[in-house]
Amino acid sequence: MKVELKDLEFGYDPKKPIFTGVNYTFEEPEFICILGPNGVGKSTLVHCINKILKSTGGAVLIDGKDNKEMKLKELAANMGYVPASSEDNFPLTVVDTIMVGLQNDAKFGTKKEDLEKVYDVLNLMSIEHLAMRNFNELSAGQHQKVVLARGLVRMPNMVILDEPTSNLDVRHQLEVTRILSELPKQKNMIIIMISHDINITAKYADKVIMLYGGSIYAVGTPKEVITKDNLRTVYGVDADVIEINDRPHVILNGAIREE
Amino acid sequence: MAEYQRYTRRKLLFIVACVVAMVLVIGYAATIGSSNISFMEVYKTIFNHFFNPDAVDPDADWAIFTIRLPRIMAGLIAGMTLGVAGAAMQSMMKNPLADPYTTGISSGASFGATLALGLGLSFAGFGGSMSLVLFAFVFSLIPAAVIILVSSLRATSAATMILAGIAVMYLFNACTTLIKLGLSDASLASVFNWSVGDLSAVTWNDCGIMVCFTIVGTVTLMLMSKKLNILITGDKNATALGLDAHKLRIVLLILISLMAASVVCFTGIIGFIGLVSPHIVRMFLGSDNRYLIPAAAVFGGVLLMVSDLIARVILAPTFLPVGVITSFIGGPIFLYLLIKQRRSAW
Repeated sequence: MKVELKDLEFGYDPKKPIFTGVNYTFEEPEFICILGPNGVGKSTLVHCINKILKSTGGAVLIDGKDNKEMKLKELAANMGYVPASSEDNFPLTVVDTIMVGLQNDAKFGTKKEDLEKVYDVLNLMSIEHLAMRNFNELSAGQHQKVVLARGLVRMPNMVILDEPTSNLDVRHQLEVTRILSELPKQKNMIIIMISHDINITAKYADKVIMLYGGSIYAVGTPKEVITKDNLRTVYGVDADVIEINDRPHVILNGAIREE
Repeated sequence: MAEYQRYTRRKLLFIVACVVAMVLVIGYAATIGSSNISFMEVYKTIFNHFFNPDAVDPDADWAIFTIRLPRIMAGLIAGMTLGVAGAAMQSMMKNPLADPYTTGISSGASFGATLALGLGLSFAGFGGSMSLVLFAFVFSLIPAAVIILVSSLRATSAATMILAGIAVMYLFNACTTLIKLGLSDASLASVFNWSVGDLSAVTWNDCGIMVCFTIVGTVTLMLMSKKLNILITGDKNATALGLDAHKLRIVLLILISLMAASVVCFTGIIGFIGLVSPHIVRMFLGSDNRYLIPAAAVFGGVLLMVSDLIARVILAPTFLPVGVITSFIGGPIFLYLLIKQRRSAW
């Protein structure tokens, strides 16, 4: 699967675009993390890829076809999504919650192969023991793993994750990010994850896209992108960046750079 | 996987149990009346009526088919429609307080009925009760039309739709109150009787019209039940799964409004069934719309038939409005189940 962002632009007010001129191509099965400060347009950018938002300029080409010309169902067939938070006003069991990821058709019953796919993904996430629990009875970590499983259950070519670890403790953040980082090799998937945790991103990401100033500010390996200068410019913080196992590691000095 | 399959079988068993209860309640309700007809005679008469006309007891047949069954069937069909419409409305609005009247259908219907009853207006040449039905039906759809118009101007959320419904409801209630101020005591009494819900005036023809809406609506909603399951996970997730949440919500709104309007115009406003039936069913089956919708249909039908049965016998020979009884029965049952439930259903 090849996803090309060509001069992509989006703004709720056309005179004040959130970002402009975003160019990037997702092609290789990789674990790509998007970093950037709040309000820079990380979620907006990924929402333009899966048409939750319609871009106001440029194009998103999916295997050469503009996503504006594609039906939502066609787009969804190859693209999974994990939202930042999941609504659970009427909770289903964990199996049924994950099954929702397979169910956009008019057939009434549960197909055996669908049930098998659900149990496969439960196994992948190591949460088979939660199968018959109610979604709203789970802890935040379990909750997030189930939402992740729902995004993965179709085994799409690309999965977009909007801050999937934001409500998790550090152990669960590491666990979920590790699982995601293994998927490109295991399942040949492109994984795009928005993250606020720079060190976890640095530890697991294959590529990092750093957004700032209404466009892509830096892109490359974690080592190339997570640098002292970039952190100072993008986040406005003074931090030391050391190397651990050939990966950058950020030590915050507590100093916030004055504007 | 075996555990999930057992869980599914338990859900089907619950629906079968509700269907059995429905058949028993129909039989028992048909025994109540001035002619003494036993429980078994009811089924025998119904069987003979359709399959063995030579063996029909004319008195029993007349009592059951002319007097009792139209009312019982009205309760069953109206209860089913309200139960299904309530379940679908709660899922599409992602709101446990939503019911078939959330979009202002009841206030629109009340206004239409008040115009017909109070001012004696006729609709397109129809007179009397038919005019009332048509007024109530047409006006009950106006709030939904306003919501769809507002939604079309800008893609709106479920919460905006509910708020638009409330705005229209207040507007219609104000108009109804204005008209009521000028009505005579007799007209006011007619308006009141209509507004509290009553099944006694429903005929076989009315049942025929209602059942068409019920069948078409229920089958369509059952086919859309997986989409409703997607909708309850949030609009962004729905879009990512290939659903246009906004368009789907408008289609559902039209369908549910037509279903609720088809009931309210014949029976008046019967509250609580549409709100409570889906919740009681959820406590047993969970929130999966594939099972919730058929189960809420059967349970809603049973609940309304039982309520009407009590309305007929509790102060016999005086009949109480069924709307009062649905709240008296449904309220305590619902509170009891809320306290006793082991799993959180919403």
